Amino acid sequence: MAGCAWRSMLSQVVGGAMRRPALSSASFSRGMQTVTLIPGDGIGPEISSSVMKIFEAANAPISWEERNVTAIKGPGGKWMIPPDAKESMDKSKIGLKGPLKTPIAAGHPSMNLLLRKTFDLYANVRPCVSIEGYKTPYTDVDLVTIRENTEGEYSGIEHVIVEGVVQSIKLITEDASRRIAEYAFEYARNNQRSSVTAVHKANIMRMSDGLFLRKCREVAENFKDVRFTEMYLDTVCLNMVQDPTQFDVLVMPNLYGDILSDLCAGLIGGLGVTPSGNIGANGVAIFESVHGTAPDIAGLDMANPTALLLSAVMMLRHMGLHDHGNKIQTACFDTIRDKKVLTKDLGGNSKCSEFTAEICRRIQDLD
Amino acid sequence: PAGASRSTPSNTPTSCGCHGCMVQDPTQFDVLVMPNLYGDILSDLCAGLIGGLGVTPSGNIGANGVAIFESVHGTAPDIAGLDMANPTALLLSAVMMLRHMGLHDHGNKIQTACFDTIRDKKVLTKDLGGNSKCSEFTAEICRRIQDLD
Repeated sequence: MAGCAWRSMLSQVVGGAMRRPALSSASFSRGMQTVTLIPGDGIGPEISSSVMKIFEAANAPISWEERNVTAIKGPGGKWMIPPDAKESMDKSKIGLKGPLKTPIAAGHPSMNLLLRKTFDLYANVRPCVSIEGYKTPYTDVDLVTIRENTEGEYSGIEHVIVEGVVQSIKLITEDASRRIAEYAFEYARNNQRSSVTAVHKANIMRMSDGLFLRKCREVAENFKDVRFTEMYLDTVCLNMVQDPTQFDVLVMPNLYGDILSDLCAGLIGGLGVTPSGNIGANGVAIFESVHGTAPDIAGLDMANPTALLLSAVMMLRHMGLHDHGNKIQTACFDTIRDKKVLTKDLGGNSKCSEFTAEICRRIQDLD
Repeated sequence: PAGASRSTPSNTPTSCGCHGCMVQDPTQFDVLVMPNLYGDILSDLCAGLIGGLGVTPSGNIGANGVAIFESVHGTAPDIAGLDMANPTALLLSAVMMLRHMGLHDHGNKIQTACFDTIRDKKVLTKDLGGNSKCSEFTAEICRRIQDLD
């Protein structure tokens, strides 16, 4: 595709979702916005129910359309997500997803991979902010990892050279690199972040990481209002565990993003409290909790809905509904800071429903 | 489990990425073996956990019985020749070397003297939070070694 046509199409797709804030408050407040809700398995349904209750208490203009994404075999024997789920997502463009269990049936694909391919979810975004009241060895963390999620080391291209010698192909393309870099800079600009750091190992992987880095540098030229820096992955890790406050927005290829996003989640308390968003082509975005299904506590009213709730807050901000997002986040953080009503994993002994009710109460007080 | 925090007993390895666990509770790990890239990342991450490259030892094992032990920090040209450097990383690498050679008693003695000096906080180089010279730090370790005899 010619450079200019590609760029304008890209900025429509990528920037459109981000530029919505300018238009959205007026248009969305007129009516309800539909969101496809995928409760998931295990504790999924109960934490989804918590989120819905909290949204109701906050009068968020969201109407939920529940769908199941368990893969089915389509005509021709190809695994796909159920047509009604795809149709809902294509129409609403916005999804909120709980944890999915990995089916044991032979040949069953990874659900997350299937979703990623179906909606071309190319960017995985995880804001990591220290939660006051949930102590970890690290304080004042406030960074965002933006991971390219379609290629890189996870392209699945491997082959045997001779027995005992295997090669794995790391695929880096100009288009994917440019697309993720554009997203990172747009995100930084739209969320008032001051810098974007490209994380790489171009000193060793000169051609692949070199290409990725070059595209980041090119895109940086169009975003002079955002500071651009580059750092080797090992140096990032070394510094991250000593002083994470020095980092802001980080953009990187697939494997490094896989590692760093989990590392950063660990800094603020783990997957149970970390939000996550996946940005796709055609304006689709799916926000999700990235912890497991916790089958041992499913149905026992013990789950912690924080990760899914914060992902839902991320979703509200993406949709331009900043006031609702802030209100819900404040109520959630205040509840945790206050330490009176906490689920077991947060160090308390309250039920999920009690934690939820407390957040709802605070939201009503904030009005 | 809904939270990958320390207090969750049913936390399975697959439900939290290795790096998330490492920053939450590194004490759960022992010896870790891994391919090249992961090692590049994890070795620096773990050095960060204990204080950085200025205090971390390193050894490289080769074929034919060759082994090279090294400090992995930089050359620090800004303080070179000013008697300000911290020899800890190279010293601990040398201790690693002694152990590799079977000279455990010597290795233990030197490491104890080094750690005691740092713990005592009276004679520390600038990067360790003190204002002693490299030669003073070195002399202190030597003194403690003689006391240990």
